Amino acid sequence: MADRERLVNIALALIVPACAVAAHGMGEPFYVTLATRIAILALAAVGLNLALGLGGLVSFGHAAFFGIGGYAAGIFATHAFNQTPLLTAPVMILATNQMPVIWLVSAVVAGLAALLIGLISLRTSGVYFIMITLAFAQMIYYFAISWPAYGGEDGLSITMRNGFPGVNTLNPLSFFLIAYGLLLLALFAFSRLRDSRFGAALQATRQNEVRVASIGIRPLRIRLVAFILSGMITAIAGALFADLNRFVGPSMLSWSMSGELIVLIILGGTGRLFGPVAGAILFVLFEFALGGLTEHWQLFLGLILLAVVLFGRGGLIGLLAGKVRHG
Amino acid sequence: MSSALLIEQALNGLQFGVMLFLMAAGLTLIFGVMGVINLAHGSLYMVGAFACAAVAAYTGSFWLGLVASLIAAAAAGAIVEVTVIRRLYNRDHLDQVLATFALILIFSEGTRWVFGSFPLYLDIPKVLQGAISLPGGGQYQLYRLAIIGAGLIVAIGLYLLIAKTRLGMRIRAGESDREMIGALGVDIASLNTIVFALGAALAGLAGALVGALQSVQVGMGEPVLILAFVVIVIGGIGSIKGALAGAILVGVVDTMGRFLLPQLFTLFMQPSQAATAGAAIASMLIYIVMAFILAVRPKGLFAVNA
Repeated sequence: MADRERLVNIALALIVPACAVAAHGMGEPFYVTLATRIAILALAAVGLNLALGLGGLVSFGHAAFFGIGGYAAGIFATHAFNQTPLLTAPVMILATNQMPVIWLVSAVVAGLAALLIGLISLRTSGVYFIMITLAFAQMIYYFAISWPAYGGEDGLSITMRNGFPGVNTLNPLSFFLIAYGLLLLALFAFSRLRDSRFGAALQATRQNEVRVASIGIRPLRIRLVAFILSGMITAIAGALFADLNRFVGPSMLSWSMSGELIVLIILGGTGRLFGPVAGAILFVLFEFALGGLTEHWQLFLGLILLAVVLFGRGGLIGLLAGKVRHG
Repeated sequence: MSSALLIEQALNGLQFGVMLFLMAAGLTLIFGVMGVINLAHGSLYMVGAFACAAVAAYTGSFWLGLVASLIAAAAAGAIVEVTVIRRLYNRDHLDQVLATFALILIFSEGTRWVFGSFPLYLDIPKVLQGAISLPGGGQYQLYRLAIIGAGLIVAIGLYLLIAKTRLGMRIRAGESDREMIGALGVDIASLNTIVFALGAALAGLAGALVGALQSVQVGMGEPVLILAFVVIVIGGIGSIKGALAGAILVGVVDTMGRFLLPQLFTLFMQPSQAATAGAAIASMLIYIVMAFILAVRPKGLFAVNA
């Protein structure tokens, strides 16, 4: 089974860039953008998969981190474009439009937010955890709406996509390769983390919290670290997503965004390495194919999702590569 | 700041809280008896509002619309329970979240398909139009007072139902031990359907009542749903008493925060800055309150042993 999953993973890893390169060769930038969207949503879901898939932490508030990344990209881009400093007091901080710096800032800010949210919400479990993460994401959403400095309800347009040293990010294929490179990096980090001592402890806390505590590992600390790392990865995806759309608005922070990220993971297969990639491919294709047929495509997405939850557990990877041996 | 304005805002907070209670009571009942987290509760609120607006527009009577909202929401709830929720009792919370998230998509898009994207409007019934005088010299909308009254009557009715009737006894028994009451011969399946339909009817009632104050549109349910989550997290999941206390607390804190904070901030800020900062903090206030309550009591104010 493991070998079959590896084959499926390799196929999934190749199919997205192959499509992007082919579309670029045929002069179809729209399809390159579609592939970029897949890569970025998959990256966000890899982050969530760390908390949800490995740690069993059903966070319904990951849009908070996604949006924090998005706003970091938007705010830096705006200041860099207008050549105004980010902050004048107490110290002067200048803005940059270089993506690596923005990713770092996104990850740090989202990590701090995840630390605060995690400290409160991880004291609880089950339904409480779901509702509290949802509530905190909603808090940040309303803050973004009522804070007029960066667009408020209207959001923030990014006039010039942020840059990357030595790369023309305005070229769709170059931007795709940046996003895809980050996705591969995140997948590599995910697999190393999953097989590490930390990953073993994290999965053990999901399966039996009491046993883990009884052998001297503190479940809260393990979960908190996982939650923070998870938020940081999702935030980097958010920064890319804002650059892709050249827009960031409160919708990136909304509860439905959080829901979609969970949907991606379930469509692909919970806790599987390439589950988020498979899920993102399916989701973007559904959106594109159904959206072309009817403006009410979300109704059909709902029906498909309902069918997957009720009858088809394991997602696409489960279908292609079989079930995991132990859960 | 006059005392009349203060009283008006306090009443607005109470009215908001009562409306949240109607939502939260259903959610907490459903969770208490069935252990299911129902994200689609906001959709049932929307169904109630749309049913009321459509029937009121067709017949010209708000009261017929109100009856229609109860029937439509309860029927939608019963159908959802029998077709979907019933399969989720033994699943983990993740599956429940996803299935009910899918239901939101289906309800929202289905409603948009039938009614279109434009909001509907619902008029306040003639009897309840107008205002009454407040002690401080201000005026207050009669309709909002009626909502407060209706909500309190429902709260009392719900208490009597659960504390004094046979159905209420079964609900309480179901909350403490599902398997045992099944073994004693109570038909759990139909009890579940009844509780779900009851919760749905309360949500539908809330939607219809609020529909006359705001526009009736797709997506109106989810912001209220998330606030209802905050309410039951504060009150303690499964506790009706907690839902009432939490709802009033959230309603009053939110409304008064939006009213008072910008004024408070003018004491040490420039007026324009105070207005934005005050509004921004006020929009986050109930979540901050929730965080504090959870830090002290992680299971909510009126925790039940579940």
